Amino acid sequence: MSDDVIQLAHGGGGQLTVDLIEQVILPAVGGQAAGELSDAAVLDTGGKLAFTTDGYVVQPLEFPGGDIGKLAVCGTVNDLAVSGARPVALSLSLVLQEGLSIELLKRVLSSAGRAAKDVGAAIVTGDTKVMERGSIDGMVINTAGVGSMLPNVFLGFERIETGDAILLSGPLAEHGLAVMSQRKGLQFATELQSDCAPLHELCAALIDELGDGVKLMRDPTRGGLAATVVEIGRSCGRDVEIDEAALPANPVVRGAADMLGLDVLTVANEGKLVAFISADAAERAVAVLREFEIAQAATVIGKVGEASDSPLVELVTSAGGKRIVQMPYGEDLPRIC
Amino acid sequence: MTDPTIQRVRLTITGQVQGVGFRPFVYRLARDEGLTGWVLNGPGGVRIEAQGAAEAVTGFSRRLQAELPPLASMASWEQADAATVPGETAFEIRPSQGGELTDAEVTVDTATCDDCLRELADPADPRHDYPFINCTNCGPRYTIVTGIPYDRPFTTMADFAMCPLCSRQYADPGDRRFHAQPVACPACGPAVWLVDTHGRQIACDDPVAEVARLLSGGKIVAIKGLGGFHLCCRADDEHAVARLRERKRRDAKPFALMAPDLDAAQELVAVDPEAANALAGPLRPIVLLPRLPEAAVAKGIADDLPALGVMLPYTPLHHLLFARLAEVGFAGPIVATSGNYSEEPLVKDNEAAIAHLGQMADALLLHNRRIEHRVDDSVTQQGVDGRLAVVRRARGFAPKPVRVPQAAGAKAVLAVGSELKNTVCLLRSGRAVLSEHIGDLKGGRAYRHFIDVINSLEQLFDVQPELLAADLHPQYLSTEYALRRHRGELAGREVLPIVRVQHHHAHVVSCMAENGRTGPVIGLACDGVGYGDDGAVWGCEILQADALAFERLGHLRYLPLIGGDAAATQPWRMAVAALAETFGDGARAWLERLSLPVADEQIDMALQMLSVDVNCPPTSSLGRWFDAAAALAGVADANRYEGEAPMHLEGVIQSGVEDAYPFVIDSTGPFEIDLRPMTEAMVADVVGEQGAGVVAARFHNTIAAALLAAADRARAETGIDTVALSGGCFANRYLRHRLSTSLAGAGFAVLQHRLVPCNDGGIALGQAVVAMARAEAKVSDSTKAT
Repeated sequence: MSDDVIQLAHGGGGQLTVDLIEQVILPAVGGQAAGELSDAAVLDTGGKLAFTTDGYVVQPLEFPGGDIGKLAVCGTVNDLAVSGARPVALSLSLVLQEGLSIELLKRVLSSAGRAAKDVGAAIVTGDTKVMERGSIDGMVINTAGVGSMLPNVFLGFERIETGDAILLSGPLAEHGLAVMSQRKGLQFATELQSDCAPLHELCAALIDELGDGVKLMRDPTRGGLAATVVEIGRSCGRDVEIDEAALPANPVVRGAADMLGLDVLTVANEGKLVAFISADAAERAVAVLREFEIAQAATVIGKVGEASDSPLVELVTSAGGKRIVQMPYGEDLPRIC
Repeated sequence: MTDPTIQRVRLTITGQVQGVGFRPFVYRLARDEGLTGWVLNGPGGVRIEAQGAAEAVTGFSRRLQAELPPLASMASWEQADAATVPGETAFEIRPSQGGELTDAEVTVDTATCDDCLRELADPADPRHDYPFINCTNCGPRYTIVTGIPYDRPFTTMADFAMCPLCSRQYADPGDRRFHAQPVACPACGPAVWLVDTHGRQIACDDPVAEVARLLSGGKIVAIKGLGGFHLCCRADDEHAVARLRERKRRDAKPFALMAPDLDAAQELVAVDPEAANALAGPLRPIVLLPRLPEAAVAKGIADDLPALGVMLPYTPLHHLLFARLAEVGFAGPIVATSGNYSEEPLVKDNEAAIAHLGQMADALLLHNRRIEHRVDDSVTQQGVDGRLAVVRRARGFAPKPVRVPQAAGAKAVLAVGSELKNTVCLLRSGRAVLSEHIGDLKGGRAYRHFIDVINSLEQLFDVQPELLAADLHPQYLSTEYALRRHRGELAGREVLPIVRVQHHHAHVVSCMAENGRTGPVIGLACDGVGYGDDGAVWGCEILQADALAFERLGHLRYLPLIGGDAAATQPWRMAVAALAETFGDGARAWLERLSLPVADEQIDMALQMLSVDVNCPPTSSLGRWFDAAAALAGVADANRYEGEAPMHLEGVIQSGVEDAYPFVIDSTGPFEIDLRPMTEAMVADVVGEQGAGVVAARFHNTIAAALLAAADRARAETGIDTVALSGGCFANRYLRHRLSTSLAGAGFAVLQHRLVPCNDGGIALGQAVVAMARAEAKVSDSTKAT
């Protein structure tokens, strides 16, 4: 067996495990010295905490615009950020497949480390397990995150009112299409890039500038904007209208989605923010978001409609019609007769 | 002691007996026979007690059945002897009774009758030129009904108090307007007025004459009618038609025409006696008929499709409008398309009309008789055999129940239908109330309308559903509604059991139901897409079916839908799929020779998607094969509306071509119809510069031959020799005619749709009957078990 791939014994808890952690994982993620490694981290936060966890699987492990390491950090950071918290510390739990390239492991962990450093959230605890070939595909990462709540956060479904504006920070579907075309080897004229990015600065700036003008924030990942907005509509008991013509466009992504027969509303994003903002603060919110490189195209894409016991999300199409946006089923099933 | 020669009978009659002049008819008969007693409209139908000499009572019963008014029909007749009432001296019409469980029928809207037309044209008549003239034999019914029994207070005519003239006629049993609920005249009834696009009234002496002037000058006018608004313009004005398309955001779907009379219709389309009856009869649907070469209509009406949809005036307002048009020198047909944005529900209220249709029309003709039920024009199609079949079931047909005695269970079933061309159905005790056409539920307004129709049908027919029926497709909005109701998530709605019905099973059962059959039959269900019980996308299914269950005997060999639903709007994708399935790697060479109307990069990407299996769900759809063939034959680039490519393919068929391409039916079970041999021969024809007309004919002949062979195979397996044809593909006249003729020639009994659409508009009926059958079977199972 080669030294440059993960062996089952790397997960055995013995010297090989210690070596893997000390020589590969910790240097890569840029965490503490081995001496400080413990089963639990002690954090001094003060005030209210936000706490979240998420598991990450993606194929391929590396894709244009990101990799599973960056994804695992950004995803958890974004869950904290949209809750109105400043990310403080992350855990990193690895499940590795026997035979995984250690070089690859180093690359994705370095990427995770860089992402955490950029965000200012330390990776403070972790775990590593190895599974036999065939039981998982490459690696699985779980990250949990703790954040400290920002002041002046007033987020909640119950705060959403008729007339509130819905903001989106940039074009949809970049992550999902980039990963899918990479996985399937689809060659588009221009390479598709994942939008994988942390949103903590955007969220903090909105809260900071607008306070209770910010009603709710979400990052529309799996299931895309459709799943996110349908869920919000149901939870706040109101109709929602999205204006297709207002959606920030990435022509390359739009073209690819049309070709593949996929709906950009249902494809995953990993670096987009959806914010429900009181109507009078919407213009300022757009300006605040556009200060950031990743939100240059931020704009109002829709508004909250009337209260309803069967809330609907409707897309006002570019052609002028209206189409109901449904919670994606898993994969889209053909239905046109 | 009572006089033994005097007899009293009690009758309860159901059917089309309310709002059709039935009570005055009963009254006149009773008086004629010298009887005493009464008649009234009850919620359970018309109730009569009649008393007199025995032979007179017998004569009364006989004539009641023999001399029915033109719009009336009886569904049931119960007769019992009753105790005589001493001292009764007269026969009277008693006030209607409400309450209790209803089984009364709401009658359909009916075209203006000849008597009213005569009065309309008579300068001496008080209703001369009155756009709302009607009587017991004609006029609005379902569109104005707000409740039952059918009586003026339960119609939108409750807004108008009758003047002395109308009151007198309404109360006079000898008058044509006796108890005509919408009776009205210029002194007391609704009126029309003209407004501009901002809703400001346009002052004029005769608004209808002004509309005629605008139309003849090339303007677009929105006209409020019976069940909603029409958008109208001259049918021969290319510019007006193009503007209407642009404003209505309707790319290409053909517009319906209204011709002033039968003679004018005969200058547009070929009208045989059956078609003439349909065009000029009381229901007045749009009839799709073969276009005459000399028809003077703009190309923008229906491109170069071989059929035009034509209807005749069906309200007094229409008749007046054509009279005024003639006065300004225009005697041709007008476009009369539904007043809405494309694919949205018909606009029916004045305010909404100003808001929405004000964007499309140059002026709007409004009136103040409220429309309670939004009802589109029905569309019927004439088969090659001359017989008519409904393809969009709305005005004149809905909500008249379809009799399905084979589904006589007492449970009330609500079936929520399909997603496109949606209708819903309430079934109880063998009566299926199939709603008017609702449309494509994907639009929010249509979905809300769908919920409104369900609520209003339940209220109008006083039915509380006890069982729900819905399609298997997990994403249909209709199914989503039913599931939420099933789980008790709708406010004020109780939890109900639900039966999920496979799409093509519902199709076949709807055909059996309207033909009064219980099965089993061999069902040939051919359409675009339906969710299969294996999770695949079905669309050409040979089923052994009865109301309870089905078995899939065979189907078309699967073909990948490159890009899922995108393949349904871009026929070239199906052409690529067919070639790739047929030729494998050799497909590319054929694609280069065929020059499909699409960029090479897109074809490359489609082939890539196939090879790595990205969003290429397999389908046995026949509709998609029509798309593939249309693209290969070079007759259609896109399906801008449902069925566009197949309609063009059917339209170019060269007559006299009788041969077909080869196909194979394999021997596994369920068997597969393999059209790859056809594809080989077809592309050889296309590159050999065989005309599209020959290719189209051979393709159609092949499909008909393959379905016949499949039916034969099914008969050999099951011994069943009755075939039911259902699914949207049978809106194709050529295919339907060729297949049904050859099936009959091979000794099959062939069931076809007439009153219920073969497309997804009939799904709700099939769902309801299946759910009823399953509920009954469960009851008998549990009876056996105990």
